Amino acid sequence: MIVLGVALLAGCTLIGVYLGDLLGLALGVKANVGGVGIAMILLIAARFWLSRRGRLTKGVQFGVEFWAGMYIPIVVAMAAQQNVVAAMSGGPIVLIAATGSLVLCFGAVALLSRIGRRDPGSPAVERGGSVIEGDAEPVGRTAGSQVGKE
Amino acid sequence: MDHTIWHGIEHVFVEQSLVAAFAVVGALILVSNVAAKYLTNGRVHGSAIAIVLGLVLAYVGGLYTGGKKGLADIPALAGIGLMGGAMLRDFAIVATAFEVDVVEARRAGLLGVLALALGTILPFIVGTLTAVAFGYHDAVSITTIGAGAITYIVGPVTGAAIGADSTVMALSIATGVTKAVMVMVGTPLVARLIGLDNPRSAMAYGGLMGTVSGVAGGLAATDPKLVPYGALTATFHTGIGCLVGPSILFLAVRALVG
Repeated sequence: MIVLGVALLAGCTLIGVYLGDLLGLALGVKANVGGVGIAMILLIAARFWLSRRGRLTKGVQFGVEFWAGMYIPIVVAMAAQQNVVAAMSGGPIVLIAATGSLVLCFGAVALLSRIGRRDPGSPAVERGGSVIEGDAEPVGRTAGSQVGKE
Repeated sequence: MDHTIWHGIEHVFVEQSLVAAFAVVGALILVSNVAAKYLTNGRVHGSAIAIVLGLVLAYVGGLYTGGKKGLADIPALAGIGLMGGAMLRDFAIVATAFEVDVVEARRAGLLGVLALALGTILPFIVGTLTAVAFGYHDAVSITTIGAGAITYIVGPVTGAAIGADSTVMALSIATGVTKAVMVMVGTPLVARLIGLDNPRSAMAYGGLMGTVSGVAGGLAATDPKLVPYGALTATFHTGIGCLVGPSILFLAVRALVG
């Protein structure tokens, strides 16, 4: 059932954010510490557990992957509500601090990504990309078309 | 007559705000994909164009309404605020974790931790040096502006904790917002240059850039397959910043400037 996938996603998000709040409280910080990251790890664990027990149905998968496919539209909506006016009118101190840290961090990414060997990429990663891009065929139809081919 | 039709449409948009947002954003992405295909020959990602277009519209909306939430301050487009707000954004980010290749993520775990440390310290140093260069001499102001260079949430959280005044807080938030916007626009431009094309480098990138909105936008515009890896580290960034900003970093600055 599709709603079970959506509920699984919702449950992982709620638990993750709650644990992030608790972690923040324990550390004495007025912020959520890694709530979304914890939720992501919970969801990865849930998928692993479900697929090992053969409970990862197409419905559940579709319920989660629909929201993964909505990621880019949501990000576009997020971009459309940024306070760009404030960003553009911040003056030199804002521009210098932002540009400086950006350039330095891009440089650090270049350095860190050269540490260790380059991985050739995997089919799982590529498939994930097409789901998040919103291009993946619905799970049901893929299976159907393969049946048709045979 | 014309006026009543327009009024009726606006009424529907206000009443059906989230549904209207789906339609508007979908149309925006459709236009961007067509533009990417025919105007740039597919060289620029459609979502990169859509995100930049979104930012331009946010600018126009901000000028038009004088508000802080871009297009979402226009009543007929208020649904954009819900659709792109923190709740659905985080929900969709968590959903992308379903596509994570665990082997890849675990292999880059240590790199992610290193990136998080650097991603907190480097922007803070740049921010504090800029603050000093512009004539700020007290530890509270210097720390608050430096924390703003980490993310636009770390800035005000740190400032509030150590008692910064509102002008400095505004500067600090503006620095963080500017950084987020620049990350969104700049990432697809420099992606090849900095080797951002695999899960490993995406995890390093997420930890270093930090700002969740910047990373979310930047990776979506660059290559969707990298999104979950970058998001995994980036979501820890703000929390860590809020942890060390008012404590270790503030104490360090105070020890230096007295």
